[in-house]
Order: sequence, then C-alpha cells, then structure tokens
Amino acid sequence: MNFTYTIFILLLPFFSFLILGLAGKWLSHRTAGIFGTLVLGVVTVLSYFTAFEYFTADRVDGVFQTLVPYNFVWLPFFDGGLHFDLGIMLDPITVMMLIVISTVSLMVHIYSFGYMHGERGFQRYYAYLSLFTMSMLGLVMATNIFQMYMFWELVGVCSYLLIGFYYTQAPAVAASKKAFIVTRFADLGFLIGILFYGYYTGSFSFDFTNTAVYLNGAMPGVGADFSKAIAGAGFILPTALFLMFVGGAGKSAMFPLHIWLPDAMEGPTPVSALIHAATMVVAGVFQVARMFPLWIQYAPETLHIVAWIGAFTAFYAAAVACAQSDIKRVLAFSTISQIAFMMVALGVCLPEGGYTDNHASLGYMASMYHLFTHAMFKATLFLCAGCIIHAVHSNEMEFMGGMRKYMPITHITFLIACLAISGIPPFSGFFSKDEILVAAFHYSSAMGWIMTGIAAMTAFYMFRLYYGIFWGTENVEYHEHHTPHESPAVMTIPLILLTVITVTVGWILPGSFGSFVSATGEAYHIHLDWSVAGTSIVIAVIAIALATYIYSGVRQPIAEKMKATFPALHKWAYHRFYLDEVYQFVTHRIVFGIFSRSFAWFDRHVVDGFFNFLAWGTNAASYSIRTLQSGRVQQYAFVFLLGVLVLILMLII
Amino acid sequence: MNFLSLFVLIPLLMLLSLWLVKGTKGIRAVMVVGSSALLALSIYLTFAFLAERAAGNTAEMLYTASFTWFEPLHISYSVGVDGISVAMLLLSGVIVFTGTFVSWDMCKEYFLWFTLLSMGVFGFFISIDLFMMFMFYEIALIPMYLLIGVWGSGHKEYSAMKLTLMLMGASAFLMLGIFGIFYGAGGQTFNLLDIASHTGGATLIEFSQQCIWFPFVFVGFGVLGAMFPFHTWSPDGHASAPTAVSMLHAGVLMKLGGYGCFRVAIYLLPDAANELSWIFLILTGTGVVYGALSACVQTDLKYLNAYSSVSHCGMVLFAILMLTSTASTGAILQMLSHGLMTALFFAVIGMIYHRAHTRDIRELNGLMRIIPFLSVGFAIAGLANLGLPGLSGFVAEMTIFVGAFQNADLFHRVLTIAACTSIVVAAVYILRMVGKILYGTNVNPDHAKLHDAHWEERLAIIVLIACIAGIGLAPSWLSNMIDASVSPVMEQIQAVASTVSKSNPFL
Repeated sequence: MNFTYTIFILLLPFFSFLILGLAGKWLSHRTAGIFGTLVLGVVTVLSYFTAFEYFTADRVDGVFQTLVPYNFVWLPFFDGGLHFDLGIMLDPITVMMLIVISTVSLMVHIYSFGYMHGERGFQRYYAYLSLFTMSMLGLVMATNIFQMYMFWELVGVCSYLLIGFYYTQAPAVAASKKAFIVTRFADLGFLIGILFYGYYTGSFSFDFTNTAVYLNGAMPGVGADFSKAIAGAGFILPTALFLMFVGGAGKSAMFPLHIWLPDAMEGPTPVSALIHAATMVVAGVFQVARMFPLWIQYAPETLHIVAWIGAFTAFYAAAVACAQSDIKRVLAFSTISQIAFMMVALGVCLPEGGYTDNHASLGYMASMYHLFTHAMFKATLFLCAGCIIHAVHSNEMEFMGGMRKYMPITHITFLIACLAISGIPPFSGFFSKDEILVAAFHYSSAMGWIMTGIAAMTAFYMFRLYYGIFWGTENVEYHEHHTPHESPAVMTIPLILLTVITVTVGWILPGSFGSFVSATGEAYHIHLDWSVAGTSIVIAVIAIALATYIYSGVRQPIAEKMKATFPALHKWAYHRFYLDEVYQFVTHRIVFGIFSRSFAWFDRHVVDGFFNFLAWGTNAASYSIRTLQSGRVQQYAFVFLLGVLVLILMLII
Repeated sequence: MNFLSLFVLIPLLMLLSLWLVKGTKGIRAVMVVGSSALLALSIYLTFAFLAERAAGNTAEMLYTASFTWFEPLHISYSVGVDGISVAMLLLSGVIVFTGTFVSWDMCKEYFLWFTLLSMGVFGFFISIDLFMMFMFYEIALIPMYLLIGVWGSGHKEYSAMKLTLMLMGASAFLMLGIFGIFYGAGGQTFNLLDIASHTGGATLIEFSQQCIWFPFVFVGFGVLGAMFPFHTWSPDGHASAPTAVSMLHAGVLMKLGGYGCFRVAIYLLPDAANELSWIFLILTGTGVVYGALSACVQTDLKYLNAYSSVSHCGMVLFAILMLTSTASTGAILQMLSHGLMTALFFAVIGMIYHRAHTRDIRELNGLMRIIPFLSVGFAIAGLANLGLPGLSGFVAEMTIFVGAFQNADLFHRVLTIAACTSIVVAAVYILRMVGKILYGTNVNPDHAKLHDAHWEERLAIIVLIACIAGIGLAPSWLSNMIDASVSPVMEQIQAVASTVSKSNPFL
C-alpha cells in the first residue's frame, strides 16, 4: 500500500495559507473564499480516500499496521542519539482524526462563506483557517512527540490569531492573549516532559518498541546506560508522561487550566466550532491516547490522576454551564465537560490482566469514539449558535426565546444535536457516552455513578439552553424591531450534513467503530450493556423532562424561584466560581506586580546604580585630586621643597 | 591573496569612496553597492564552504592564511573560517545590508562610522589571531560611541558614554585575559588554533593559570553579550541608538560576545570552563529569567526589546556553558536567530518611532489598521521572539533545551527548567505589546494618517523575515554546518569532562 500522496494533505492547506496570506490583498472575498474551500475540499477527499484505503487494507495479526510514508531528520541534535524528525504516520486514530478534522473544517469553510460575508479581513480569515487545518493535520499525523509539540504550538498560535480576529475589539484581544498564555504555560509542562522523555528513552519517536529495549539498557548504537534506565523506568517516565499531560490539560481545558476556553468564544463562531469544540481542544485527549501504550505500561498509577482530574472537570464545567446566559459560553462549558468525559475514559483504562485486557481497550475505544461523535454534534451546536447569533446579533439568551418559528432548520438540527449530547438513542452521542459509562463502572462504581450524574446534568443544561433559545420567553419587542430570519443555504447545508452524520453514525457504526480503533489495534467488539445504557437513558430523560418543566414555558416561575432561593450559588456558578479572578490576582498582582516590577526597579536602581556609582566615584575621585595639578608654580615649589625636606630627613635618620 | 580579506577590504574601499563622493545619491550608491557586495560575498562563502566540506575537506578552519605583522610580539594577521564564523559572517552580511536600507536618509559621516563598525565586525569574525581579534573588537566599539552620541535620541550622551565605558572596561579585562592566555601558552603565538592544539610553540596552559584567566576572558566577552549583571548598558544604549545602529548592535555586535566566549574562553581554557562554568551558569540563568520578567513591565518599545535581548542573549551564554555539543550548536543558532529577529524588531520599532514620534506603549494603539505592513512585520518579529515553530527562534531554543538536558545532575536540571520558563514569560511580554500597540482602535488624532513603509523599508523587512522563516523551516544544513565546527571545541571539553567541578557547591 502506497500512502505517499498523504503529503498533500499537509502541503495543500499550507500553500493555500501562503497564497491567501501573501496575495489575499489582491483577491476578492469571493475568490479567496472559494479558493480556500476548494483546497480544503481536495484535502477532505484525500483524507476520506486515505481512510478508505487504510481501513480496507489487510490487517497483520489482526492489527492495522502503523505506516510511516515519510520521515526525515528535520533538525539534528548531536547528543544522546536524538533528532527532531518530521514525517507522516498513519495508524487508526490518526486516520480517524483525519476524517474528523477535514470534515468539520470543510463544513466550517463552507459555513463561513455565509457567516463572515462582507467582513473586513475575509481573506485573512481564510488564510488562518488554512493554516490551522494544516497544523492540526500535522499534529495528528506526527511521527514523534517533538513534531507533535511543534504543530501543537502552531495550532495554539492559529487559535490566538482567530480568537483575536476582531482585533479592534478589546475583549477579543484580551481573550486571545489569555488563551495563548494559559496554553503556553501548560505547554511548558509538555516541553519539559518531552525533554525528560527524550533524555531517558533516547528517542522522541512514537514507535515505542524500542522504549522497552532502551529502558532495559541495551539500545543498539547508543549504548547501555543503566543509571538512565533505572531512573527512566521507575520514576522519570511517569513524571514525564504527567508533565506531557499537563500540556494536554492546557489545550483540552482541564481544570484548573480551563479558564481560557470560555473567553475564547470572543472569536467568530465558526472558529469556535472548528477549533474550540471539534479539533484543537481534543488535542490533549489525542496526546494521551497517542502515548497510551507508555501510560498503561509504565505509569498506570498516574492514570488515576488523569481520571479524577477529568471527573472533577466534567462536574465543574457542567455545574457552571447550568448558570450561564451567553449561549456560546454554555456550549464552551459543555465542551469542557465533554472533553473531560473523554479524559475520564482514558483514565479509567487500568490493566488488571495486562495491557491487552479487553477492559483497557474499552475506555480507550470509548474515548476515541466519543471524540469522533462529539466533534460532529458539538460542531453542529456551535454552527447553529452561529446562525442564531447571526439572526439576533447577540449572544445573550434574553434576546432569544421562541426562535423556532423563525429558524426551523436551525431548530431541528439543534434539537437533534442536543438529543445526541444528552445521550438519547439512536443518536451518536448515546453510543459513545454509553461506552464511557460502562468503562467508568468497570473502574469503580463511584466513578460510574458520578459520570452518570454528570451525564444527567449535561442533558439538563443542554435542554435549558435549547428551551431558552427556541421556546421560553420570547423577547417580542426586540424581535419585532429586528425580525430574525433563517440563515442562507450556505450556512444551513453544513448544519444538515453534520446532523446527518450525528443521526446515522451511531447505529451504523456501533459494532464496528471498535473494530477500527482500539487500544491494542485488534478489533474490539462493542456490545451495549443495557443495564448501564438503560439507567443512563432513564436519567437523561428525567433530566430533560425537568428542564422542560422548568424552562419551556413562556413564564418560568420555577427558574425564578430557584435563582431567588439560592442567590449565592447562582452568582458563584455564573461567575465560574471566581477562578478567573484568582488567576488575575496571582498573575497581575503577584507575578507582574511584585516580581517583574521589583526586578525592573532593582535593575534600574541597584544594578545600574552600581555602575553609575562607579562612574560617579571615579569622577569624584578625579575632582578631589585635581587640585594637585593646579598649575600654580608656588604650590609646585612648595611641594618640591617639602619632598626634598623629607628625603633629607630620611637620609639623616 | 586570501579572499577572506575582502571582508575587510570592501569596507575599506567603501570608506574611501564615501569620503570621495558627494551628494545623497552618491552615498547611497556606495552603500548599496558595498553592502550588497558584502552580502553576496558572505553568501558565496557559505556555498563555497559547504562545497568544500561536502568534498571532504575536514580541516578545522578553511581558507586560512597568515602574515606576520609584528614579529617581536608574535602578532600576525591570520584569517580562517569554520562553520560558526561562516554563520556569523552571513548574519553580519544580512544585517549590514538591511541596515543600509533602514538608514536611508542619513548623512555621509553617519555612514562612515557605520561602515567602520561593519569592518570591525567582519574582521573580528574572520580573525584567528587573538590579537587581531581584539583589535577588530575595539574597532567595532569606538564608532558606536559617535553613532549613538551624535545621531541618537533621548539621553544620548549619557547612554553613549555609559555603553562605551562599560564595554571599554570589559575590553580591559579581555586584554588581560588574552595576554594571560598568550603567556600561559608559552608566549610564542597568538594563533587560536596553535594554542588549542599546542603546536607552533604553544604549550598546554596549566590548570591554575586557566582558572585565573577564564573569568577575565568570559566576563570580557560576556559584557558585550549582555551577561547579567553587566547588561545595563544595553537597554539605555539600544533605546538611544538610531534605528540601524540598534539593529547592528543587537544583531551583530552582541554576537561578538557569544562568539568570543565560545571561541576563546571555552576553546582555549577547557579545564577552567569545566571547573568554573557553574558560577557563570548561575549568572546567565538568572539573566534569562530576570531579563524576561523585567521586559514585562517596560513601557518603552526599545527598552522592552532590549530586556528581551538580555534574556535571549543570556540564553546564548547559558547554552555555551552547558558544554555539550547540542547546546553549543543551539547557542550559535540562537545567536543567528536572535540577531535576525531582534534586528527586525528594532527596524520596525524605529520606523514606527519615526512616524509616530513616540515609543511609549501606552500612547500607541490600533496601528494594524493604519500601517498594516509595518504592523505585520512587527507581529512576525514578535512571534519569532516567542519561539513560534516555523520561525528561527523555535529551532534555536529547542536545540538549546535538548542540549542542556544532556547534563543530568540536579544543578543543571534546575537551571534548565528555570530557563525554559522564559518562553512563557516571552509570550506574556510579546503579546502584551502586540495587543496594546497593534490591536484595538487608534484614539490619537496625530496617528490617524501615518504612511506605511517605503520601498527601501519594505525591502529590509522582507529580507529579514525571509531569513527568519528560512532558518525556521529548513534548519538542518545550518545546524550540521555549525555542529561540525563545534566538535573540535567539544573534543577539548570531552578530554576533561570526566573531572567533576570541585568548586561547585551544588554538585
């Protein structure tokens, strides 16, 4: 099987970026948009073709082979046998990610044609989208952890540029800065993790077959280094993996590094759908999945931490989502919560009967499955939100209500996506979430019930959002003044396509997703565990019913009463438990206010002062001795005589 | 006649022609022709050097030539280049070329000093005789005083005096160190290669001698490389210097420091380097973090960039002191990368200052809408500065960190991780600056109608960006070229690396 054409999956968007970035000024909006979209169309076709070829190829020992069509040394390092490679690696999760990224990105490209119509900087927008797509594809196709880091930084910068797309508006600028700096901070962990990992295993590669060899101290060519080996296998590798996970937690918005994601909603809505819902934010999950063989073999204890961080994040984000009034923020917290589900699924894979154990496979598979389905329905939700915002020119729910009359297509697609995320069969979310819950129950029943509870919260806040937008109290005055209307076809068609995937993928794929993607690579047959599935459906339905009861009416006495009864709780949840303020305090007041300011002061006054003092001292000393060179002959004669006198005295005595 | 000497002859010819020609057009013609010739020569040298190496010439220095200059003191005019000098010459060629276009409207006297400064820089990088090296170093320093003092802005007299005095003080140290090396090695030759390989009458410098002279040489060069706490000339000097002088200064002159530390201090005094590196590692490691944090609260664009330079140049010396092959290669890459991106930064800052008449971050707003070309150049310089992959900073920093991590003891680990934090702080100060001055909306009516870059400014900016992106996208040829030349130095270190530093209390 020859996969050399996959290089174009990376190169085409890159050239599209170059052309749109450099020559965009001279292109019309229409040309730029069509050009970007067409290039992405080709990339999508190539991705689907790759997937088809890859998954229809013969398995070896029941496992899809890992293929490396390209790999070359991009930057040599000269010690420890290390080198920074660039290349393309294809394995089941990469190929799955190709599908996710290219599909959502294409939909967003098409959608943006309508959404961004007439915006200043339209060409720039498409250039950034191309660059982002290239970087994200490079990230998932990486052959080594350093390449992943490289593209990881690139997607970060694209995210920065796109969040700050409306750069004349202060909130957008602040949000973009915050997103970049918070993730950069987390990436510091990632980088240090990579450095440790590279030093102790002698390689950055994702080909882990040599890791064990090296850790046992017999790497050919590099030589045995037992001290490295012992340290590496015992303590360092779990630490390194955890540090990498910190980077992943930053990108995937795990508590307490999630604070940038809600603010990132300042960017254009299609960008939120692409970057902050479907692709970039799942990079952390993807990274853990990529390093999974090492996690399971060398750091199973550390996986507990991942699981519990995930569970807490899922709960926290769901709680905050219940109190937000900005529809994009609700979706952002919902994204955080759902990504945390994926993290939990990876965290609960613990090997009891070894790594090949089925139950380890289940969590991994469930996580990837949920990643896939979530990308589709969350992108739908965001794009629907975009249509709504486009129609009412606001993000706030108070300007909405009763929108179902005006926007039927958006209404239906949004409803389907809501049902999917709530875990109602036969929509895709049900199948993937159910697998996660089963895996969680395998881990411990406490984890299982916690995650079921959070799933119910998900259903609740999603339907609160749904009713708040499409039913509930209509802002009649505002709508009369400014009648909302359905979006043009270029925006609704992507919605419909994504919804079709959401509706069908669950019951077409349920048995077969595991046969494509699993922890060991061997086919994993999914079977629904009806005891878990039944419970979760019942609980989800109850939560939806509750949301219907509270929020669907034109007047909402219960919601008002709840707010009135627990004002403090509502206020805290609305303000995200004041975490942002804490960060603000620590960074601005302490790090910059105290450290930076005192360093700068120290530099100007103490360090520089010392050199100024030296100069002043020299000057002063010169002034004080300059009277010796007065030019007055009498004085010289006097000193001369004095000298002679002293000499004579010395000679006599 | 050795063709390396052209690097000194061309500036000499330029000086002569500048003296003779009249009128702006004539001056510009001389400068453009001369600096293009220098750039072309450095590009030719790079290709010729790579071809020579590919053909299997593994001599440590190529194109060597030596003429006795002053027999009684064994001073000779010796030239020769290895991969590191080639990289530095290329950098100097680019900076002098772009600097010429940036200082388009300057007068004759300015260009005379500018060219003299370039001559010193080029001469320094081709010299392999310690005395000649020192002499060219001095030649490069003196014009700086006049360039800043006459054509600068702000407290220019103070800054020029401070810069000159501090660097002169450092060169006094350096001179002592060089004489120490000369006599320590037997007092027969100033030739670097002879001293390193104990040939040509040179003998091994005793360990106790090395430990005396190492601090002299390292501090002497380190001051020019903005080593903490001797960096304070740099913010004032940069802030007062005219645009092209800032570029040349931060882009090339500060590199003399790093180059000298590596070429003289580490190469000729390896035992002492192994023994005493810890002291300077602490200083430079502190400088890296300290410079970055200080940059966060600056309000003047040039001060901000100067502190960022303190941090980045601190990283150069820090990497050199890690004494591993990868880290040293990274240090040279960082010199190149920093030279290019900081030159770009200073160029754009100068252009903005020239138009807006202020460099205060608080007074500039929304420039992206007003002067898009300069703003994009500024943003790219910023992104290179914070280490965006695909631009040169990333390549250099990653090489340094991987190299620094080869030292597995706790002392080096802690310092390395501390240095890594500077990349986060860099993101903070860069994005703060970019956000404040480029984004948002302009509220100052005086700034509403600034004109965007002229063609000569555009040319300079585009050339610099192309170089930054070129290194960032395809670094391996450069990295290999540099590493091949780092290895002789590393061999010197390897010979003594098994001895653990006795004076280091942290080991």
